[in-house]
Amino acid sequence: MSTPVIEATGLGVTLGGQPILDGIDLVVPAGEVLALLGANGSGKSTLVRSLLGVVTRTAGDVRLFGAQLGPSAPWDRIGYVPQRLPAAAGVPATAYEVVTSGLLHGRTLRPPRGHKRRALDALADVGLADRASQRVQELSGGQQQRVLIARALVRDPDLLVLDEPTSGIDIPTQATFVDTVSRLHDAGTTVVVILHELGPFSSLIDRAVVLRHGRVAHDGPPPRARGEHAGEWHDHTHAHPDPEPPRSGPSLSVEVNP
Amino acid sequence: MTAWEQVVELLSSPLMQRALLAAVLVGAAAPVVGTFLVQRRMALLGDGIGHVALTGVALGWLVGSWAGLVPQDTLALPGAVIAAVVGSIVIELVRERGRTSGDLALALMFYGGIAGGVLLIKLAGGTNANLISYLFGSISTVSTADLWWTAALAVVVLGVGVGLRTALFAVSHDEEFARASGLPVRLLSMLVATIAALTVTIAMRVVGLLLVSALMIVPVAIAQLFARSFSRTMTLASVIGVVVSVAGLVLTYWQDIPPGATIVVLAIGVYAVAATLQPVLRRPAPPQDPHPDMVDDVLLVDDVDDADSAAVRRPSPTT
Repeated sequence: MSTPVIEATGLGVTLGGQPILDGIDLVVPAGEVLALLGANGSGKSTLVRSLLGVVTRTAGDVRLFGAQLGPSAPWDRIGYVPQRLPAAAGVPATAYEVVTSGLLHGRTLRPPRGHKRRALDALADVGLADRASQRVQELSGGQQQRVLIARALVRDPDLLVLDEPTSGIDIPTQATFVDTVSRLHDAGTTVVVILHELGPFSSLIDRAVVLRHGRVAHDGPPPRARGEHAGEWHDHTHAHPDPEPPRSGPSLSVEVNP
Repeated sequence: MTAWEQVVELLSSPLMQRALLAAVLVGAAAPVVGTFLVQRRMALLGDGIGHVALTGVALGWLVGSWAGLVPQDTLALPGAVIAAVVGSIVIELVRERGRTSGDLALALMFYGGIAGGVLLIKLAGGTNANLISYLFGSISTVSTADLWWTAALAVVVLGVGVGLRTALFAVSHDEEFARASGLPVRLLSMLVATIAALTVTIAMRVVGLLLVSALMIVPVAIAQLFARSFSRTMTLASVIGVVVSVAGLVLTYWQDIPPGATIVVLAIGVYAVAATLQPVLRRPAPPQDPHPDMVDDVLLVDDVDDADSAAVRRPSPTT
């Protein structure tokens, strides 16, 4: 078997004295689409960040494409899409400039030859060719997300890591993400995606890892929706009837004395 | 005397030639660094480094007087360079570790820098008056040696700031993504802090340590009113820096006013005018659909259905 793309053993992260991740073992073979699921605060984002060296791990070992995290890791083969752009600083930056910054990695501190073409192509791939010279701060949330995707794809990664790409994004933009991921998947790219619900990605997911309180609670085929929620046309976001108002009547009060 | 003759006279004075060259170098270099600082939300870093550099000036003076050098302040500039670089790296380390304690640590350093400078200059046998020229600049006393120092440091600052601008932009714009790309984030952050420190020391003679930060930040503030991109902001800020520095200096040739303060007041004046006129001057974007590829109208068919069935589904609030 070829070298796994991600190989984490006994991974632990402690932030501010709080254990966030504990004893995570994760092996992602090449070409897999892996969904990371779990409630808010279960450690999904921290796991992804520690795998990429953004957060320093306190225990365990991480290998990407068989190489230790560090200057010599094959950073050009890894594309990371964070959840959103950092809050706008004072200095304007265009979509083109943000995407060009994705061409730098590891010890490559200057954009390579032909960087302009590559950056513009990556923007065209996400349908933003005409926005290249616009300030990213002026783009809509969905367009900013697409700029972040373009920044990750501009270096032609073999591993794409997405942190909740569909949060706060409307259905048509979600569909373009799914198209992009499925195209990359067909080309053999390994994809790790953090999701709140499988949603539009469900048909692509090979495997799901569910985290709970910083530990792996499930690792295997993606969990299927239960009961009537599994129906193909089931609408997950319908209005529920209003909850019954609390009945009025005798109330109970509790007093605690030391 | 015609205006032309006045210009010739101005340019033929060796003192003015040196001062103009220094002003051009500093005016061009300071906003380049300032662009990164504004982007990193560290606009006041230059100010902090300036305070620390004062201790370096006094330390250089002290060493100079011990070694019996003439003039005593021969080592003032090297002292300022060393203190500023060390100070900027400490500030960067403090920033990296967290914010709450960083704020306080920075304050301690700033005031420690000023107090240390005043104390050391006394020990060196000087007076506070000796420090005034460093605090508020004394471009008219720029010597040929000073000019060489300024030129060499300006070349370093411009070389790093322009040559590595994409990498420094990447780190300043999105530190998390830079880390996830394996970029040497810490090294690059230190590099920004170091070129900021070098800029402070070369701008020391032109505008003075207390006003250095203004020359780094105000041109950027003006440029970002108009520029759309990061690189345009940097270029425009650099041009504005040169223009206000030279204009401020030339004014002092005819008027007996302090050059450093004149340059800064001029820059802030330009900012005030630019900010007022910005809505008029900046060409408005043509009105267009921001999302031509999206369906414009929200379909209301479902809502109609809902309205019909809502009466049945929803329990009435009165029950």
